[in-house]
Amino acid sequence: MPQPNLDQLQQVCSQVRRDIVRMVHAQQSGHPGGSLGCADYLVALYFHVMSFNNSFKMDGKGEDMFFLSNGHISPVWYSVLARSGFFEVSELATFRKIGTRLQGHPATEEGLPGVRIASGSLGQGLSAAIGAALAKRIDGDDKIVHCLMGDGEQQEGQVWEAAMFAAHNKVDRLIATIDFNGQQIDGATSDVNDLGDLGAKYSSFGWDVLTCDGNYLTELISTMDDAQAKCGNGKPILILMKTEMGKGVDFMEGTHKWHGIPPNDQQLAEALNQLEETLGDY
Amino acid sequence: MTKLTYTDKKDTRSGFGDGLLELGRTNPDVVALCADLIGSLKMGAFQKEFPERFFQTGIAEANMISIAAGLATAGKIPFTGTFANFSTSRVYDQLRQGIAYSDKNVKVCASHAGLTLGEDGATHQVLEDLGMTKMLPNFTVINPCDYHQTKAATMAIADHNGPVYLRFGRPSWPMFMEDQPFEIGKAINLIEGSDVSIFATGHLVWKAIEAEAELAKEGISAEVVNIHTIKPLDEEAILKSVAKTGCAVSAEEHQMAGGLGESIASTLVRNKLYPMEFVAVNDQFGESGKPDQLLDKYGLGVVDIVNAAKEAISRK
Repeated sequence: MPQPNLDQLQQVCSQVRRDIVRMVHAQQSGHPGGSLGCADYLVALYFHVMSFNNSFKMDGKGEDMFFLSNGHISPVWYSVLARSGFFEVSELATFRKIGTRLQGHPATEEGLPGVRIASGSLGQGLSAAIGAALAKRIDGDDKIVHCLMGDGEQQEGQVWEAAMFAAHNKVDRLIATIDFNGQQIDGATSDVNDLGDLGAKYSSFGWDVLTCDGNYLTELISTMDDAQAKCGNGKPILILMKTEMGKGVDFMEGTHKWHGIPPNDQQLAEALNQLEETLGDY
Repeated sequence: MTKLTYTDKKDTRSGFGDGLLELGRTNPDVVALCADLIGSLKMGAFQKEFPERFFQTGIAEANMISIAAGLATAGKIPFTGTFANFSTSRVYDQLRQGIAYSDKNVKVCASHAGLTLGEDGATHQVLEDLGMTKMLPNFTVINPCDYHQTKAATMAIADHNGPVYLRFGRPSWPMFMEDQPFEIGKAINLIEGSDVSIFATGHLVWKAIEAEAELAKEGISAEVVNIHTIKPLDEEAILKSVAKTGCAVSAEEHQMAGGLGESIASTLVRNKLYPMEFVAVNDQFGESGKPDQLLDKYGLGVVDIVNAAKEAISRK
């Protein structure tokens, strides 16, 4: 694996977090909590882990592919796509506005580069990622398919249909990651519908399970590198990635309350004070 | 136009299975998925000849539909196979978000539709699937009438880029569409007539042909049009026929709400008011029984089409 440039990645993370709170504030709509928590993961994925062309092709032949299953964290994905060259950074200003490509939840209808399938209704992304991985197997394409899911999303039954299928069919160039922040809209996952030991569950389904701190870049990257090295060994791979919802903005951290509400003007100013502008605001 | 007859019967699902096998041999991008109903869907020959392009998902239809969306994303042409109720009502959100809204080139192939499924009863006799799928933007909806047309439709949809719902059934049924070209969205005028237009789809096309013979005995000239494509609807053919006959009957193995008849009525009223009658299931669930017993009991038999035609004519 190439050595990551941690300083550069940290700078991108800080800018992406600024983008997230600014986007959600501008339209007074969107999901900042989970987006902030997954900033490190998506930056590591697009700026270090995956190999891809940013002249976007839907079929992704010969490229690593990513499927976002928990589509409500669209702000972080849009920011990372723009910051890695899929479209102009200035387009982030159109988030959730009428007549634009940056829909509230990711969609393909307007042709936004980087997005391959609509997501938002939960539980479907892992299955889609499996489909892409099967297509690569048929084509003899050894590139890897990545998928990010939410932890609350694990309450959807389809996730377990997909987990069972992937192990049975040895879909082993697939890395699924769970954003394990312990929160969902109505409260802590442990209160709403306890997920139990997710790692043990996936292990018992026949997956190779890795765990890491998803807000600690060094550990995150080393785990993602490990996961890639394990590909092709007959098992699908799961990264159980512990994150903090709202990470990087102190008053949003560790609570479900910022799942889907925007900051007001004063809260935006407080948030931006905590996040260094590194690459220039859009 | 010559009168239509048949010498043999076969199930429409075998038309699907045979068409899929031919596609496997001619189009390397075609892949197939099945949710534990390989025998029922007649997908065994494809599975045997192309094991690397066939995926058994087990009893997990939602997963199957979303895997198909992923395969299509990566450039394949997936054909999913299960019963019609598991192809629609069970997976509606997967169809809507991952295939319709995302405009994926997935062919949702659905067997055992309607009352003619027979003895398994109402749990499996989906009568709402055409409505559910025709409401989804980007979807093309096709309901062929016999073995030959189902085979031809199966092969034709591989060349159409976009989501397709292909509906067929279980019972052995008259075969009469041999050597007919299949063009998506192009209705086929089977019998010309001047007093009433009967627009039928699926298994009820044969019933409409039988009804035409009965009407002819009473001196009534019925036109029979095979509407194999529910969406996009061949509005031009429908309007042309009704302009000539002055009234319409729709015939389908489906609920009246959301069915072919409503699509036709919508087309007609946006042009001119014509009398129209609906042969369809009227807000009921089916039950166990033999296919023809069920069609008769739920008002989808030959006599029902005949009576509907007379009623439409009387209201001209």
